Amino acid sequence: MAVLTHKSLAAQDHELSESDKQLKLLHEAGLTPFQDKLTDSGLFPLKPVELDIFQINMGKMCNQVCKHCHVDAGPDRKEIMTRETMLECLDAIDKTNCSTVDLTGGAPEMNPDFRWFVEQLSAKGKHIIVRCNLTIIVANKKYNDLPEFYKKHNIEVVSSLPYFSSTKTDAQRGDGVFEQSIRALKMLNAVGYGVEGSGLTLNLVYNPSGAFLPPDQSELAGTFHSKLKDRYDVVFNDLFAITNIPISRYLQYLVASGNYEGYMEKLVNAYNPVAAANVMCRNTLSIGWDGYIYDCDFNQMLDLKVAAKGQHLSDFNATELQERSIIVNQHCYGCTAGAGSSCGGTTT
Amino acid sequence: MKTYYDPEDLKKFGNISDFQPELGKKFFDYYGSVFADGALTKREKSIIALAVAHAIQCPYCIDAYTEDAMERGYDEEQMMEAVHVAGAIRGGASLVHGVQMMNKYKDLSM
Ligand code: SF4
Ligand code: SF4
Repeated sequence: MAVLTHKSLAAQDHELSESDKQLKLLHEAGLTPFQDKLTDSGLFPLKPVELDIFQINMGKMCNQVCKHCHVDAGPDRKEIMTRETMLECLDAIDKTNCSTVDLTGGAPEMNPDFRWFVEQLSAKGKHIIVRCNLTIIVANKKYNDLPEFYKKHNIEVVSSLPYFSSTKTDAQRGDGVFEQSIRALKMLNAVGYGVEGSGLTLNLVYNPSGAFLPPDQSELAGTFHSKLKDRYDVVFNDLFAITNIPISRYLQYLVASGNYEGYMEKLVNAYNPVAAANVMCRNTLSIGWDGYIYDCDFNQMLDLKVAAKGQHLSDFNATELQERSIIVNQHCYGCTAGAGSSCGGTTT
Repeated sequence: MKTYYDPEDLKKFGNISDFQPELGKKFFDYYGSVFADGALTKREKSIIALAVAHAIQCPYCIDAYTEDAMERGYDEEQMMEAVHVAGAIRGGASLVHGVQMMNKYKDLSM
């Protein structure tokens, strides 16, 4: 298991574990309101397009405590989705035409009902994505067969690897994480994941280990492909370059390192209207561990529930949600900087 | 404390056009073209700029191109190697003049 070097902000009782404190800080920066930028781009109020992805956060529990984690996840977080809420998710999914269910966390695999839930989704014929942190596969014997399980349900595995070396990876994700991630990647490759012609997709996610914007996604993908192949004989499909969103632990890092103002300015200056038109909240709904509905996983962490009467799965109303306006705030600048950023990488 | 160099001044670089708009514009147009993708990529130009910034020891350029290189996916090892390239060229440039010194020495010697 990755060496635990930090506690979650919640366990530290840190003031930035509270969403209203984060929002207050984001406003104190005195930058152009994101809403004004959207208005200038003719995009305010921001409206959904056709719903395609159900992103379900299965809980805040994780075997890692990454410095940049926007979920403030960790082993000390016990909030996880119950089977009852999963059943509500399944009902809600049936009321939509979404093609994809994207499972995230925390480490979704740590939820005791994870496999059961995947089986239900698989039976519905949905495309399933699991955001796997890699180290979970080698964290405990009971997880060693995850690659086989993913394969059985033809799950798309999306995994974070901030760099093809241990220094940057471990600095962000914890001591020993790089070595364990490479071991897990080899196990995924061994069952066919990322291997050409296997039909099993393994995508990697890069996000900057610090207060800077991500490089060009396709250039970086080329470098990752050749370095991971040459150094570790590891293969994968695509690389998604993601911008760090200034909330939760990443926000705390920015403040503590004196990079907060500079980073926010950088995001605002890099605002790209094309990226703004393609933000992921437009075709996604995000579900929290407790069944509340959000526009995206970031809004979820800021406790900004959807602007609709039915804010919980128990009152799920697909038509009403389709007509809602998406709640935007200053953190949204992270999605619209440069080439744009989403859970699937750049958006332009 | 008053200093000659203020990191905040980097953001005001564009202001040089206030005193001479025409030449300022020409310079920034030229600068933009130089750093666009060409026979060399933007990414390749970024690491060259980082090395040159060290050779000319411009603190603004070092700040700007350190960040730029990071945002183009270079790591610390690659960036330090670029600084060594600057160091090697600078050191070499001094040392190769040693030949001139030797020539003159020999001219003046019996
Ligand atoms: S970033 Fe992912 S792996 Fe890291 S602590 Fe957060 S949920 Fe866990
Ligand atoms: S942070 Fe969420 S709501 Fe804001 S633009 Fe990004 S995806 Fe949309």
